[in-house]
Amino acid sequence: MQEEYTLQMENIEKEYFGNRVLKGVNISVKPGEIHALLGENGAGKSTLMNILFGMPVIHSTGGFGGEVSICGEKINIQSPKEAMEKGIGMVHQEFMLIPGFTLTENIKLNRERLKGNIISRLFKKDSHKFLDYKEMNRDSRRSLDMLGIGIEEWVTVAGLPVGYMQFIEIAREIDKSNIKILVFDEPTAVLAESEANNLLKAMKKLAKTGIAILFITHRLDEVMYAADNVTILRDGELVATRKKEDTNVLELAELMVGRKVEVSNKAEEESRKHKEVMLSIKGLKVNMPGEEVKGIDLDIRNGEIIGIGGLAGQGKIGIANGLMGLYETTGEIILRGEKLKLNDTKESLTKGLAFVSEDRRGVGLLLESSIEHNVTITALQIKGKFLNRYGIFNQIDSKKIREHSLKMIEDLDIRCTDPQQLTKRLSGGNQQKVCIARALTLQPDVLLVSEPTRGIDIGAKKLVLDLLVQLNKELGMTIIMTSSELAELRSICDRIAIITEGRVEGILRPGDSDRDFGLMMAGEYHKIHGKEAI
Amino acid sequence: MAETNNEQITKEDIKELNPSFNVKSFFQDNIVTILFVFICILGVQLSKLPLFFIANELLVRITRNSFLVLALIIPVLAGMGLNFSIVIGAMAAQISIIIVTHWGVTGVPGFLLCAFLSFPLAVLFGNLIGRLLNKTKGQEMITSMIASFFANGLYQLLFLFLVGKIIPVNNPILILSKGVGVRNTIDLSRNGGIKYALDNILKVPIFNVFMGVGIIIIIYGVCKLYLGNRYGFKRISRVKQISILILGLIVFITGYIFTFSEDLPNNLRMLTNLKLPVVTSLTVIVLCLFNFIIVKTKLGQDFRTVGQDKHIASVSGINVDRTRIIAVTISTVLAAWGQLIFLQNIGTLNTYGSHVQIATFAIAAILIGGASVSKATIGQALLGVVLFHTLFIVSPKAAKELFGDAQIGEFFRNFVAYGVIGVSLGLHAWKKTLKRTKK
Repeated sequence: MQEEYTLQMENIEKEYFGNRVLKGVNISVKPGEIHALLGENGAGKSTLMNILFGMPVIHSTGGFGGEVSICGEKINIQSPKEAMEKGIGMVHQEFMLIPGFTLTENIKLNRERLKGNIISRLFKKDSHKFLDYKEMNRDSRRSLDMLGIGIEEWVTVAGLPVGYMQFIEIAREIDKSNIKILVFDEPTAVLAESEANNLLKAMKKLAKTGIAILFITHRLDEVMYAADNVTILRDGELVATRKKEDTNVLELAELMVGRKVEVSNKAEEESRKHKEVMLSIKGLKVNMPGEEVKGIDLDIRNGEIIGIGGLAGQGKIGIANGLMGLYETTGEIILRGEKLKLNDTKESLTKGLAFVSEDRRGVGLLLESSIEHNVTITALQIKGKFLNRYGIFNQIDSKKIREHSLKMIEDLDIRCTDPQQLTKRLSGGNQQKVCIARALTLQPDVLLVSEPTRGIDIGAKKLVLDLLVQLNKELGMTIIMTSSELAELRSICDRIAIITEGRVEGILRPGDSDRDFGLMMAGEYHKIHGKEAI
Repeated sequence: MAETNNEQITKEDIKELNPSFNVKSFFQDNIVTILFVFICILGVQLSKLPLFFIANELLVRITRNSFLVLALIIPVLAGMGLNFSIVIGAMAAQISIIIVTHWGVTGVPGFLLCAFLSFPLAVLFGNLIGRLLNKTKGQEMITSMIASFFANGLYQLLFLFLVGKIIPVNNPILILSKGVGVRNTIDLSRNGGIKYALDNILKVPIFNVFMGVGIIIIIYGVCKLYLGNRYGFKRISRVKQISILILGLIVFITGYIFTFSEDLPNNLRMLTNLKLPVVTSLTVIVLCLFNFIIVKTKLGQDFRTVGQDKHIASVSGINVDRTRIIAVTISTVLAAWGQLIFLQNIGTLNTYGSHVQIATFAIAAILIGGASVSKATIGQALLGVVLFHTLFIVSPKAAKELFGDAQIGEFFRNFVAYGVIGVSLGLHAWKKTLKRTKK
């Protein structure tokens, strides 16, 4: 070891239930260095940080392999509290601020300066001591000044612009006296460009004081601007560690995405191009927390499989939810030349849309109900199928339901004991098939599928994807598939729209280069290729 | 450059954060209180009761009830809503009163013994309630309400059945003639019991108290004016300091006029006969101070943090469950002592009834004062007690004048108590959704 590193993580390995998510990752950060950690969702960035922080989720699933050392000293961190004591700080992606408190109170949260009084001396307990606001204000002022924030320390956080909240989080971390390494978890994800620039400047300033910074992001230009070194993870593997001087945005994009993709044969691609537009989305905005859609224009042709990809939090999930009217939506949706009433799930369903939700266990299934009930419930409600009608009374036709469910179970190969089995007892893949079966029971024209392979094992993944292709080919069903897994989209889709910051960054073919996909996901495509690139 | 830019934005932000006084939002925020101020004025007018009667009753009721209402504040701070389980604290007080009455300890020693005995009981009960509420986060209010119904059942079992059957008590004053169960009402004034134990220690004409308080306020104001400037508390504005001084002067002069002036109109002269139970009032003031001071301690800061956001609190290392248990325990202990103060003033213990409605009434009072499920202050509690009890005093008479039937006023009392809780909770929920849609 020639140089003294603040943080060294060597050969880190981690398994979740036999699934290896980290495969021998090395990372080392020097004092005063800004080290960027780059990777797609699921590349293992968060797991790595969880290990660094000793999060309970790591230790409750069997710990990890490899070594972590801080300032050359091997440590074994068991809890977040211990991590804090060792001088590791974290700026959270979602704000850990209390709106009703002043800046000082937030910065000093549970680390308040205290001064004694008669009662505390009597009982010798810290909890009876008074807060020393004067000292607390002075400390906060120091941290805020260091970041160049001019807000008075006694202002309450509620109502401050989002950009400032991030700074207050940082101020809290640097107020800790022993801070050695600071982790920024996608700090710029929620910031406007100018705010992000301020943040990056502040980061550089902090680094100059000798604090080592780990910077998790997927914005490539920020990496080029702020970082000294870059480590790229993909599928839990360390792909490369580069010095900033030796790399460029294009290479980083390629390294981040690059994987072998089996592009299926798309001979009839050209003929599809001329088919009429099935669904036209104009200026769609969906107010879905965490997945906001900020104005999307997209035409979907009859009989195609269109993929919607992009990183988490960019709004891809919001599109399908908006189409189904599950979250507040504005804009225009035209289905077969007819305008669709917005924010009305029933209307969407009757007009021939069907939705397989990304939230399988929450929205997707009635976990306490049987398979047959789950398969038929929507059709029963919306289309009045499976009913015996007796004037003013309707009765559920259980015979028809049983017939239909058995057919679905056979067609989709749902592994179960019988149609009466509760869906919560099924495996993830089979639950997903039940969801698809329900959507099919509606006999939709357009099938919306969100994250169909999330949380199911590899074998089942393939089955689900094959099923979608089969539906598309045999029934000519139009499918809109939203997925975080690019490889999956590229294996079955005709076109893939990449969503960044709530907008369509571009539409690609599955065979386009890794570089283009990487650039689009990072929102860099337009900056390099100009607007006409679509 | 970036820094100067920052600062500019900042100042604009702060202007936005502290908007100038807005009449509409003031009405919206204080709608319940304003409504009740009007109803009270109307009620006082309609009832045609003499001012002395109202003032006297009010004085008695303020000293009697404030303590119970103030006991509600800490759980609200800790984000647990309005603590309906103060009923259980009251039970602890009543258990200790019955024991003390059985032992025959009277007067101030009797009262202190009650307070002493009820303390461990209330701590135990509060702890148990706290544990229960930790299991039902988000539904604290309904849980505490149902818990107090359940506790009432156990309480009745204890005093109707176990006393006499299992616990041998031979005391004809307390026990029903069958020898099993405690009597329905227990006279606390018998042989100089604990009735007025606290109230009668020292009673001073109210306007003398006015003069004293006025002087204290003036001294406080002057100190603040001088010392404050020296230590550089810029945040307390000069206007505020001067208004403190003026308030002190007004209080002093009112007291002075009523005490020494000879040519007062008759109905006002009556007011000079009002007497303030000093010790009881001091206890209430001490409790106010306690509530005020606890917020300034580390424990109080933990309460507030937990109240604002349990998740963030636990992430930053605060033991949320423990903090909540402490909050409810303090509230229960205070409720027990509050019930003691209440009963020593009433003078009779209604064994199976005294505690039943105190939560409803105390909560109605604090809500009228302008508190909500998530915010309550000492001022709101005291204002609420004044308004609620004014209404209580005048409503039967007002109804009799208006409808010729005092029973309607009685009905109105209950209507008010439950109605105001319902309305306040509704308004609170409504404001929350309003905020959300504005975002």
